[in-house]
Amino acid sequence: MWRWLHPYAKPETVYHLLGRWLPWVTAGAVLILGGGLVWGLLFAPADYQQGDSYRIIFIHVPSAMFSMSIYVSLAVAAFIGRVWQLKMADWALAAIAPVGAVFTFIALFTGAVWGKPMWGTWWEWDARLTSQLILLFLYIGVLALYYAFSDNRTGAKAAGILAMVGVINIPIIRYSVEWWNTLHQGATLTVFERPPMANSMLFPLLTCILGFALLAAALIFQRMRTEILRQELRRPWVKNVLQVSPTTGEQR
Amino acid sequence: MQFESWQAFIEMGGYGFYVWLAFGVSFLAMGLLVVQGLRARSKLEREFVQEQQRQQRLARRQQEVS
Repeated sequence: MWRWLHPYAKPETVYHLLGRWLPWVTAGAVLILGGGLVWGLLFAPADYQQGDSYRIIFIHVPSAMFSMSIYVSLAVAAFIGRVWQLKMADWALAAIAPVGAVFTFIALFTGAVWGKPMWGTWWEWDARLTSQLILLFLYIGVLALYYAFSDNRTGAKAAGILAMVGVINIPIIRYSVEWWNTLHQGATLTVFERPPMANSMLFPLLTCILGFALLAAALIFQRMRTEILRQELRRPWVKNVLQVSPTTGEQR
Repeated sequence: MQFESWQAFIEMGGYGFYVWLAFGVSFLAMGLLVVQGLRARSKLEREFVQEQQRQQRLARRQQEVS
């Protein structure tokens, strides 16, 4: 049943597959995110309460959403790496974690900058903000562990265990606004209800969310390719990819 | 178009500082992430090529000796 999947466990195949997808995903990310941000900044109407400050939402909400889903994908990769000993799942940790960390940082920073004019403070140690900060530390911890050992496999193992344990933080972030009294408002977008938001603001937001998804994919693909090469450096196929031809000095 | 002039767009109804600070730092962080990723790749390529050339030199020298 799963036999068709087997060739995809080969690093070389994955490297070339990601290479084929990368330009399309990158182009899609640039176009859709660019379009969404221009739409949100220039064409969406101002909020009747928050004026133009709410335009921060077009980066804050997508980056916060994906900071969490990227973490879940990190934990899933760690789980696959531990249970099925799939080495490429281990390598994916190194590709995913930096992207997630930067998304988390952006969510925190834009939230602080939005909080100052709306709440009157840059930072408050409330449940949502604190748990999101812990998410940033988890990402940094996973990366630090991954590179902390001279033996790559040990590092990936340690990083993977932290990634799996840390996934407990995701429901805490998600439900922090319901379980505790926080400064942060509840979720604006939910899967099953129509969001209480005018279409003129909702559509550019959804466009930005799609753009951020493609951006995350492009960044992770590019890093995954580098990590595959780094791990497989002594294999003959890498020679074909990186080889400089002696006559022209150009890379194939 | 929500803004009547370029000036109004920059001012963002009085929230210009906050909006542009948020967008600016986000773009900067994303940009650094992209640059770091690309540099890691080119560094890997450079080191690989140098190692190859070193081994070729070594092989040539051994041939000369023998």
